[in-house]
Amino acid sequence: MRTSRQVYLDHSASTPVDPRVIDAMLPYFGDVYGNPSSAHRFGSRAESAIEDARIKIAGILNCQPGEVVFTSCGTESDNLALRGAAWAARGKGQPSRLLTTPIEHSAVTATINQLDELMGFETRIVPVDKHGAVDAEQFAEACQAGGALASIIYASNEVGTIQDLPLLSELAHARGLLLHTDAVQAGGQLDLDVERLGVDMLSLSAHKFYGPKGVGLLYVKDGVELLPSQSGGSHEQGLRAGTHNTAFIVGMAKALELAHAEQDQRLNHFCEMRDGLIQGVLQRLPCAELNGHPLRRLPSHASFVLHGIDANALMMHLDMHGVAASSGSACKTGNPEPSDILLGLGYSEAEAKSGLRLSVGLQTSADDISYALDVLEAAVKKLSSLKRVLAR
Amino acid sequence: MSETNARVVVAMSGGVDSSVAAALLIERGYDVAGMMMRLWSDEAMGGPAHNRCCTPQQMSDARRVADRLGIPFYVLDSKDVFRSTVVQYFIDQHREGFTPNPCLQCNRHIRFDWLLNNALALDADYLATGHYARIDQDSSGKFRLRSGLDSGKDQSYVLSVMGQSQLARTMFPIGEFAKQEVRALAKKFGLNVAGKKDSQDLCFLGGKDYREFLRRHAPDLMQPGPILRKNGEQVGQHQGLSNYTIGQRRGLGLSYDVPLYVLEMNPADNSLVVGAGEELGRHDLLANSVNWVSGKSPAGPLRAAVKIRYQARAQPATVTLRGAHHIHVRFDRSQRDIAPGQAAVIYDGDLCLGGGVICQFEDLEQACGLPGSELASG
Repeated sequence: MRTSRQVYLDHSASTPVDPRVIDAMLPYFGDVYGNPSSAHRFGSRAESAIEDARIKIAGILNCQPGEVVFTSCGTESDNLALRGAAWAARGKGQPSRLLTTPIEHSAVTATINQLDELMGFETRIVPVDKHGAVDAEQFAEACQAGGALASIIYASNEVGTIQDLPLLSELAHARGLLLHTDAVQAGGQLDLDVERLGVDMLSLSAHKFYGPKGVGLLYVKDGVELLPSQSGGSHEQGLRAGTHNTAFIVGMAKALELAHAEQDQRLNHFCEMRDGLIQGVLQRLPCAELNGHPLRRLPSHASFVLHGIDANALMMHLDMHGVAASSGSACKTGNPEPSDILLGLGYSEAEAKSGLRLSVGLQTSADDISYALDVLEAAVKKLSSLKRVLAR
Repeated sequence: MSETNARVVVAMSGGVDSSVAAALLIERGYDVAGMMMRLWSDEAMGGPAHNRCCTPQQMSDARRVADRLGIPFYVLDSKDVFRSTVVQYFIDQHREGFTPNPCLQCNRHIRFDWLLNNALALDADYLATGHYARIDQDSSGKFRLRSGLDSGKDQSYVLSVMGQSQLARTMFPIGEFAKQEVRALAKKFGLNVAGKKDSQDLCFLGGKDYREFLRRHAPDLMQPGPILRKNGEQVGQHQGLSNYTIGQRRGLGLSYDVPLYVLEMNPADNSLVVGAGEELGRHDLLANSVNWVSGKSPAGPLRAAVKIRYQARAQPATVTLRGAHHIHVRFDRSQRDIAPGQAAVIYDGDLCLGGGVICQFEDLEQACGLPGSELASG
């Protein structure tokens, strides 16, 4: 229906491309169109743009350029890391155990499930506490039996909790496991210094930090052996065959560079907006409970369980008034399933269908927050009275 | 011509009728949103696990139409309420030995209650659907339900469960048009909607036979029992009463010197009574769950035309109230195939006055516990 105003609070799903990023990409559609793998000068110009991008990104990750593998998205990066490391370990006759958590993105969960169910790998899921933090003691205990690798999400896409990667990677390495992290939500907001984090592999996706959709990367520490999950030519050290997407790779590097350069002011803004949201929701909605870690959470990210409220219907009410939000259970085909992540945190099935995620961005204003809070409060009231009407 | 800015939620299926309904309302100045319900389907039946009313293709079609029309579109999860009302009703009616029409039940409990209330909660003023029927008001302001102008497409039969409070909040924008005109309108609005074949299957069966569904969900209904003539002579064995309906001839597995038809299904002794074609005719029926569209029952016996199936023609009859909740219908001419469970819907010309669910066609003293000597004489 007609709406006077639109407020986008779903930046964890995707962000708009920064105009400076678009400008950086434009020459690589029409002017510099050569195939970066070609030997002629058309190819060389494209190749050097890609290598410049790689160097820029390596500077921010504090790694060697050769440790950056370009992919088509965060999901592909996760697939390459998990399947690649699992197959490489098997090829060498090494242990085929995989460790993960109950709050991973489906890119990790589904890949590990496939390795487990179809390819004979053994999976151990290390529990998290009610805030979604991996318990270090239980993780250490799980590592004792050894294994090929552990995969732990850096910051949860659904509840925003940040894991203590420096500690967890130390624990994994002590037992000879590799540590992969899905850092897709962390990109552009959290420390990506792979030395400090201690991780062996890290996945990123450009569209979460004002870059284009359709491009991502996997950091692969020198010496980590992977089998390619997509085979073909020798692109990306033979780990990711397929012609490079020059413009998008350039765009991703530019977006990450901007995020890094402007990090302090961005994070201040995110935190201010997010805290306004959290305060407002908790004050105005008696049914709301903040989930995820109260402090160690993504600056842009607020998430709640709204007890007794059907998230699928709530998303519709919010959208009706121009407010874009998301929920781990809502889906556009009207077939909501309880959020696996919320179930993993110990919530009931009904609660796991009542999640609300609001994520702020660079353009979010205080006015937006107050409009969204008004809309949210009205929607929750309407849904509560609808429930009474239908129950009569 | 319209209350500009009134908000209307259109129940969209992705098909031509509801798409044109939405486009007409937008053209008339209404503030429109599209909605589809995710209904329950028996995923265990194998085959496509989707309800026929909300397949992925239909969702994507409806979403595309909504986008073309510039309106929002949402899919609501109504699986649980659909399962507990419509599907349960279907099973329960079969348990009574009836031949149910779940579409009326869906309109009563899902479309014009659950969905209507969801629409109203979204601040909508009206719910619109792509049904071929019309709503207007008489001089006193009462809402009336009329059959669609395209008599071949008229759907007032399945809408006869509606009352004043629903009609006041409902619109049938295409009821004024013939199907041909609706197709032309779709073209005019630039709606590239595929012409789909109308299906006779029940939406929640996943394309499978209802008997297979009952075998899974109500195996007790599939007990073999005797096939009897009216005089008590056993002529065969049936495979469970739910496999049959009144008037059915094929599939009885009988070899007899005359063709035999199903006359009665008796869950009490699990018997199926068969007889010759001429034994099928009935003059009377009794119906319960009666709804009067006007909200008021008529004062005395009513001369009207009554439809006993969706596809049947309305037949002249006299309708008499039996207590507060039942009606007796006496047809001028004997009717074949009066099946308990189907609706008897009452018309005065193109006005749909209401209807009820057929519960009996003879032994009317006993039926539904009602006295009524004049009924038994039929």
